[in-house]
Parts: sequence; C-alpha cells; structure tokens
Amino acid sequence: MKEYVMGNGAIALGARQAGVSVVCGYPGTPSSEIIETIAKYPHEGMHLEWSVNEKAALEVAAATSYAGARAMVTMKQVGLNVASDPLMSLAYVGVEGGFVVVSADDPGPISSQTEQDTRRFAEFARIPVFDPATPQEAYEMIQDAFAYSEKYKTPVIFRPTTRVCHGYASISAPDTFAPVRGKGFEKDAGRFVIFPRLSYKNHGLIEERNVKIGEEFSSYRFNTAEGGPAKKAVLASGVSYMYAKEALLDHSGVKLIRIATAYPLPESFLLRELAGVEEVMCLEELSPYLEEQLLKLAGKHHLSLKVWGKLTGHVPAMGENSTEIVQKILASYLGWDSQAQENAKIPPLPARPPVLCAGCPHRASFYAVKKAMAGKKTYYCGDIGCYTLGNAMPLDMVDTCLCMGAGVTMAQGFSHIDSEGKAFAFIGDSTFFASGITGVVNAVFNEADLTICVLDNSTTAMTGHQPHPGTGRNMMGHQTQKVSIEKVLEGIGIQKIITTDPLDLAASMDAVRECADLPGVKAIIFKSPCIAIEKSKKKCHITDDCINCKLCIKETGCPALTIAEGKVTIDASLCTGCGLCSQVCPKAAIGGESHE
Amino acid sequence: MNKDILICGVGGQGTVLSSRIIAAAAMEQGYPVKSAETIGMAQRGGPVTSHVRIGENAFSPLIPKGKADLIIGFEPAEVVRNLDYLATGGLAVVNTAAIRPTTASLSGDGYDGSEMRAYLQEHVNCILADGNKECEQLGSVKFLNILLLGIAQGSGKLEIPGEVMIKEIEKRVPEKFREVNILAFNRGCEIGEQSKA
Ligand code: SF4
Ligand code: SF4
Repeated sequence: MKEYVMGNGAIALGARQAGVSVVCGYPGTPSSEIIETIAKYPHEGMHLEWSVNEKAALEVAAATSYAGARAMVTMKQVGLNVASDPLMSLAYVGVEGGFVVVSADDPGPISSQTEQDTRRFAEFARIPVFDPATPQEAYEMIQDAFAYSEKYKTPVIFRPTTRVCHGYASISAPDTFAPVRGKGFEKDAGRFVIFPRLSYKNHGLIEERNVKIGEEFSSYRFNTAEGGPAKKAVLASGVSYMYAKEALLDHSGVKLIRIATAYPLPESFLLRELAGVEEVMCLEELSPYLEEQLLKLAGKHHLSLKVWGKLTGHVPAMGENSTEIVQKILASYLGWDSQAQENAKIPPLPARPPVLCAGCPHRASFYAVKKAMAGKKTYYCGDIGCYTLGNAMPLDMVDTCLCMGAGVTMAQGFSHIDSEGKAFAFIGDSTFFASGITGVVNAVFNEADLTICVLDNSTTAMTGHQPHPGTGRNMMGHQTQKVSIEKVLEGIGIQKIITTDPLDLAASMDAVRECADLPGVKAIIFKSPCIAIEKSKKKCHITDDCINCKLCIKETGCPALTIAEGKVTIDASLCTGCGLCSQVCPKAAIGGESHE
Repeated sequence: MNKDILICGVGGQGTVLSSRIIAAAAMEQGYPVKSAETIGMAQRGGPVTSHVRIGENAFSPLIPKGKADLIIGFEPAEVVRNLDYLATGGLAVVNTAAIRPTTASLSGDGYDGSEMRAYLQEHVNCILADGNKECEQLGSVKFLNILLLGIAQGSGKLEIPGEVMIKEIEKRVPEKFREVNILAFNRGCEIGEQSKA
C-alpha cells in the first residue's frame, strides 16, 4: 500500500514491518501519533498500550524483549528523563528481542519544557542512536534500529525531531506483517539480575562493542557524503541536513557530510571523508553534539581542521534551524551574495498566545478557586497539560509549572516554608495517574497542608485525547475497570475529598473555601468532560439587559466572548453554553438556549 | 511542477483539512509531495500554518522564506504574519474576516483586521474575500476551508484539475456535508475566477 502519512505514521508502519509485537508509551508532543497509527492499522498479534508513564512503558516492554519479543517504547524527550532509570540499567543488562526507544526531540521548543538533545542521552547510556531526516528515512531507519538492537543485544534509541514527526510524506509499506513474539523467557539470573559485578563486566563489553558498532556505522547507508572533494565541508544531522541540501541546490565546491548515527560515532567514515578538508561548518539543532565529537576526533587524530558551529557562535545556540537560517550561515561561510527580500514594513500584528478553549471546564475550575481565595495569600502550583494555559490573563492562576507531577510536591514545599499562605496543586487526570499519586502519598506522609485540585476532564486533552486508567478504555480497545481517582485519594488516607461540577460556580467556590479552611491534605475533584470529547449542543446569548460593562470578558477571558461594533457578543460557533459567563454577569444578561 | 503552498490561520479554523486535500490531489497527479503542520499548544487559538511542498526540488518539510507561490490565509493578520514566505509574483488568497484574540478583547486593543486588509490590498498580489459571510449563506463557517480552496482553484494558481480536487474533497468530508462542501468549492472557484479577470 502507498500511504500519505505523518512521520510518526512512517515510524509506526516501519516498526510494524520490522515485526514489532509490543508497543508501549506515554503521550507527548511530538511523539503521540506513533502508537495511534499502529492502533489504526491492522495489528493482530501485537500488544499496544498507553502506559501510566514512560518508566512503566519501558519496563513493560523490556520484559517482553527479555522473552524475545520485538518491542518499542515511544515518548517525547522529557519522557526519556522519566524512563531514564530503567533505561540506564537496561543498557548494562542488554536485551534479547529487538528493543527500540523512540524519543522525539522538539527543537524550538515548540511544545516542550526543554531543548534537551536525546543524542546526548544515547552517549550517556552508551547505546546506539538513529537520527532520521525525513519521514521516508524514518520508515527505513526504524527497521535498521531493530536489526542493530537484536544483533548487538542492546536497547537502541531512535531520535526523530518535530519536523520529522509532523512532516507528511508518502510511504510504500507492505500490507502484511509478522509480529515477532520470541521463544519465551529463559531464566538466567547471571544475565537478567543486575548486580555490581555484572555491571562491571558488561561495562567493559559495552565499550568494546561500541567500537565495533562505530565501525559498522562507518558503512551505514544513511551516513553519506556528497559534493566532494572540497576544502570546505558542511556536517549536518537530522532535518538540518535537508535544509542544507536545499540551500546548496544551486551551489558546488562544498562537501556535505551527513551523520545519521551520532553515537557510536562512525569514526573511520568521518576520517575518510575529512581527508583534504580544512574547514567544517556543523549544522545541527539543540546541542553542538556532532561539533564536539568532531573536535574530539580532530584532537585524537591530530587533524588540522577548523570547526565552526554553535560553539563558535556561527549557528544559533537555541531554537529551530530553517532553510533561511542555514542559507545565511552558508552564505557567509562560503562567501555567497546573500540577498534578503525586503517587505514593506508590516502593521503591528495581534499576539495570539494559546488559550483554554471556549467552554473549557478548566477555566471554570480556576475561576472558582480564584474567586473563593480572592484577597488571601496563595500558592498556585500548576502542572503539565492543557491547564498550564490557566496561566493566561485574566485567570493568571499558575504560579509554578516545572514538570509532570511537580504541582503536588511543590505545593507541599510551599506549605512547609509558609504556614499562612494556602497552597493549591492543580493536576489533570492523566497527569495524576502518570506521576501525581506518589506526590499525594508524600504530602500525607510528611504532614503537608495543601489542597489538591484534580481537573478531571476524562481524557488526555493536550496531546490529542488518549485514554488513561480513569477512562475505562485502553489502547487495545478494551473496556477496562475505571480506576477511581476518588478511591485512590481515599485509599491514601485523605480525609476531605469533594467532587464538584466546575460549571456550578457557587458549589465549586464553597468546596474551595471548605477545603482551604481545613488543615492537612484535602482534595477537590473538579469533574466535567473536555468539550472536545463531549460535544455540547447548548449556546448562550446576550440579552437586552446587557449594560456592556464587559465584566464577563474581563473575568473569564473566554474566547467565545468578543466585542463587535463596541458591544459584547457571543460567537455562537465557539460557545458551548457552559454558563460560566452567565454566573459572572451582574445583570443576568446572559441567557442559555438549546440549539439543534 | 514545483509548487510551494502555505496555508495559515488560527488554531481551530480547519487549516489541516485544506492542506491534506491539496497534498492528496497533487499526489493523485503523480507529483511527490511533502507537508508539515503545526501540532501542539498552538492549536489552542494560536497561529497555525501548514506547508505543502509539491515537486522534486523540495527537500525540507518547511517552505523557505520568499518561496511560497501561494498563500491561502484564513485570517488577514495571519497572512500578514506569514508574508515573508510569499515569493515575488506569488498570490495570497485571503479571508478578510478577522479573529480578535482574547487578549485584544481584554486590553481593549482595537484589532479588527481593517489595517491588515488595507496593507494587503496596497502591497500584495492578493484576492480578498469575506469567506465567513459567503459561508454563512451556505449555513456555517465550517465550510471556510473548502471555500478558500475553491478561490485558490479559481485563481488558476493551484494548477491541479478541479475534478481531482473535488474527488479529494468528497473523500474527506462527512457524507452529509458533501453536497454543501462542493457548493462552497464551486462558489470559491467563481470568486477566484472573477478576481482573475
Ligand atoms: S457560555 Fe460563556 S463562558 Fe461558556 S463558552 Fe459560552 S461564552 Fe464562553
Ligand atoms: S457581564 Fe453581563 S452586563 Fe456586563 S458586558 Fe457581560 S453580558 Fe453585558
């Protein structure tokens, strides 16, 4: 079949082709569509799961690989931080069935907390990494990743970036596939039980093996050189290679070297291609990884080489590259004329920070807490998800956001340093299961004083509505027992738990006040489904009683409320009839009506 | 054929469907196609773009600045924001209906799109149309993406046969909206052709 698919789809189809039989992961932009694509295509004989977090995903998959199954784990780059504990040890123990960790990097960053570089993780863990430049390459390379993993019995990292993950291209993939489940686990404590002695022994073997892999990578078909011989070379990786190719379309006299396997470095390939080269410009995103490797290589082999890149200030240290950026760098490196097109000065553009959707129940939850706590000293600790957008004006309800699950633990921290202020943690349902629960246990155990606000919208909204343990459905499409957040909190020993509908402002404010006034760890579950999964048929409208005070806009910031010809109006195409604005209006000038 | 088409708008306006349809239609014609979308945070009301690249000379998924032959803009300020991409001699198809960001409503800042429209009219080779109004006549602004595709089609800049486009539209819209989407597409074609004359 020939399919026009997203890069993530190409990874999925490539993995299926490689005989993957177990795929686990945790959603995170830009990696989420990999598992979703496999689920959309035929996948008999495979086990697919959204795990509660990346660490769980990696461990589940590792065991299946011990038993000989080909397994893949998917996550975004910060997810690899969560999974790093098992990954570091697994790198020492090794695997049986092909085992690939897909960790998608996000230069920009476009939807992430950090601009970390997964290639460094591979080097840190001493395991191979593949770095595709296009969706087509990703389709092929993921199959190579499985083969190398199985050949060398090591976990392998596969590192696409956002532009590869979310680029589209057409892929020809066979319809048939054969999941490899392996011959079963053979007990061998000397191999699968990690002990200091084993790590010592394997450490040595891994270093020897990596030299061999570097040698093999020296003839790997995606490590390429074009346009030589020349005194000046460009060294590129990932999508930057494509930008360079495009910028070099009408130029010659420069050699373009591309490294698709950043670790172990294909040393002999580089030495071969660098013969006669005097200068190298390194084009890569995130960190100057190859640039540093090249400097080391030059030092080790006494090469007389000028190396330019991020370390010398020729390539931007942060953000994404682009054809224009690469063109500009190459123009000054290679002495081209650069003619920038000049546009007439454009008028000032409206800023469009992302906001919570019209009718989003999170808006109502934040608003209830804000109103109930007005004038009091508070700490509002946010977390990762759509509700991070609660930071926007006019809500302004996120004082901190650090990483998955940190809201609960940071609110605890504030409660220990300030007994006057009231600490609140806002955490979504999926994040609660991913890494919130341990924080709640910690808070109870260490006598914190805080109110946990679980924003339960019955989905993982930010990353595209994946199921989680509370939704009652899993990635195999099976109905499952819903894990009850309320019972979990009860089980941990929280004495005061109130479940409320955030769209009922008065009741929600009462719940907030009641919890804030009690000592210890309390919880409010704000329960109302995401507007994108339960489409509302209701709309609200503004009546003649409106005095145009604009309070509704100023208080809620709902994007469905706008001003047209000087008057407040509701955009019926956006409004979900959530009724928050009507509970704010001092004139009761917002009415509901049912449509359709 | 080598052609770069940039589609821009505000998260939630349905830009992705337009880019899918163009990409599919161009592939149907036998061209290699690459495209890229904005996915993630910005989908919540932020600026979004889709890059569609047709032909052998496209390597990177993103259109280089100054290379887009066609911009299909769902919102006037978003077209202005992306003007850097437009090639000399390129065309912008612009829906003139402005979307006020919530922040503008809060600060009382008077963005209503008029300044953008005036700028585009003066400096850019463009077709301006009130797509929202046209679509309301068909029953819903939901058809805006197809109407704008029609205008691009009518302008002659797309260089893909109309039947091929219609076939791809039919494949990708829900059955019960098929007919009205075709109406929207045809209405767009009319607008596009008129502006050409
Ligand atoms: S009812 Fe009011 S707050 Fe709710 S979506 Fe409609 S306009 Fe926005
Ligand atoms: S709060 Fe009520 S009276 Fe004031 S502008 Fe909004 S609808 Fe009109």
